[in-house]
Amino acid sequence: MRGLNGMRGFLPFLGHRLFRALIALWLVSTVVFVVMRLSGDPVPLLLPPDAPHSEILRVRRELGLDQPLPVQYVIFLSNLARGDFGRSIHFREPAFEVVRGYLAATLELGLTAFFLAALVAVPIGLFSAMRRNTLVDHAAMGLALIGQSAPTFFLGILFILLLSLKADLFPTSGRGDWRNLVLPALTLGAFTMASIARLTRSAVLEVLRADYIRTARAKGVAETWVVAKHTLKNAAIPIVTITGLQFGTLLGGAVVTETVFSWPGIGRLAVQSIYNRDYAVVQCTVFLAALMFIVINFFVDLIYGVLDPRIRSG
Amino acid sequence: MASSIPASVPADAVLPAATQRARARRRRIPWLVVLGGGFVALLVLVAAAAPLLAPEDPIRQSLRGRLAAPTWTGADGHAHLLGTDHLGRDVLSRVIYGSRVSLVIGFAAVLVGGVLGSAAGLMAGFSRGRVDAIIMTLADAQLAFPFILLAIGIIAVLGPSFPTLVVVIGLSGWVSYARILRSQVLVLRSREFVESIHALGGSRFRIILRHVLPNVLSTIVVIATLELARAIVLEATLSFLGLGIQPPTPSWGGMVQEGREYLDSAWWISTFPGLVLMITSIVVSRSGDWLRDVLDPTLRGEK
Repeated sequence: MRGLNGMRGFLPFLGHRLFRALIALWLVSTVVFVVMRLSGDPVPLLLPPDAPHSEILRVRRELGLDQPLPVQYVIFLSNLARGDFGRSIHFREPAFEVVRGYLAATLELGLTAFFLAALVAVPIGLFSAMRRNTLVDHAAMGLALIGQSAPTFFLGILFILLLSLKADLFPTSGRGDWRNLVLPALTLGAFTMASIARLTRSAVLEVLRADYIRTARAKGVAETWVVAKHTLKNAAIPIVTITGLQFGTLLGGAVVTETVFSWPGIGRLAVQSIYNRDYAVVQCTVFLAALMFIVINFFVDLIYGVLDPRIRSG
Repeated sequence: MASSIPASVPADAVLPAATQRARARRRRIPWLVVLGGGFVALLVLVAAAAPLLAPEDPIRQSLRGRLAAPTWTGADGHAHLLGTDHLGRDVLSRVIYGSRVSLVIGFAAVLVGGVLGSAAGLMAGFSRGRVDAIIMTLADAQLAFPFILLAIGIIAVLGPSFPTLVVVIGLSGWVSYARILRSQVLVLRSREFVESIHALGGSRFRIILRHVLPNVLSTIVVIATLELARAIVLEATLSFLGLGIQPPTPSWGGMVQEGREYLDSAWWISTFPGLVLMITSIVVSRSGDWLRDVLDPTLRGEK
């Protein structure tokens, strides 16, 4: 009965979130459209400098650039809705195909960075909370602070300098076996790792102060069990939230990390496509990145609702 | 003798021990923050007095003294404490001058973002309804995709000039102010003092300006400090990608980029400006965290 009531509040909550997500997606695509159309005519970049005027006009017509802007916008939106992102003028194939070719590299990097961050950070945060105010705690949290505010691109440069050029442990750039993956994943994951570690520590500390933990201890429950059962479960809500949000920001960090390490992913593709004025590819990358971010947040909300029934009605 | 009570009891002495401890903690400024404040003051001073402090002209090239390691006696007879770059320019002087770009763009962008974001947050919180929905949806949309891509796009279109950078970096930060202020206004507007001014016929404009704004000012200061660190890093990141203030004007991000090719042979070109940038970012955001805990404990946990 109670569960049913809970779900009744939960579904509109999800519906509302979905509606807002769709609006956000529409706004993102509109902004991308406006910015890219402002950036000037790509046609002269496509053709040799001595191309006749008729040729320029023909290519323009072919790309639909001879239409008035509102018409272009409507065509753009209806194409998006059908999953058609247009053709890349640089690669001369559908933009989606181009981006798809680069997507695997970004997902590989992003997921590695994310899981590396979570797997390292949660135990560190937990350990720090349990050994509060010891040297280990201070050292870990000091490092976390540095990780949280260090500029990503410089962190990458430092890793290359120290671990690649000086210590010769990893290659400086490119994609290949796992050794290529370590430095970019560390760079991209540093901020996430630091945030999750700090949050885990404070979430666990918060829970350790709660009355039911005191009760559990008073009952003589073993400390390990207190932590495993009571603490982690209750600290999970903030951790899952921030972790989900962090995955979204990873996508933004990928732009810089991929550039530093010449990693062939969509972040670097997007930067290069902006320089090439390759509208279609930029649109497609940004749209997919936003879509991933929104979908992830949607699932974070879902998990959130499952972990904490109070949120459903709220 | 019965328990004697001193004639003059310090006010603190009658407070519960826990409250006393909390007060003491609040009063005692952590050494890291003292250091941080000092560092920021020093940085402002260095930026202002760059021509007096820099040992060399930051854009003067010297082909004979290229890629010199940090030295007291360079090939050109000058000391290059942080070495020289691939064009023989003095890295120390460039780091000193680079602070100008970082600080000026950082502060200007925070001003732009702070004014826009605060106005949006106050409006959203006060009007609710449609205006609120529009502002918050815009905020959601901006948070929904990597802003750096948008920034790169806009700057690539408009060209990397000082005003463009300030506006773009400023725009990247308005959401934090808007969201946090909105939630505070929602609480404030239902408080008795606001309702009574409203009942007395105080205009909405007057209420916002005279009664709500002073109450959220400390929040704005906290966000602005945290935003300053972010703005400085974003400027450096854009410079690193070649979209910041253009050469030969020295900027920290641009210097890291220039030194990248020489990382193996001349590590100092990238490392020193990068370290200064990193320390600045850490120190400013730590000071922001501390300010938040002192001025506005309710913000803890907000982004």
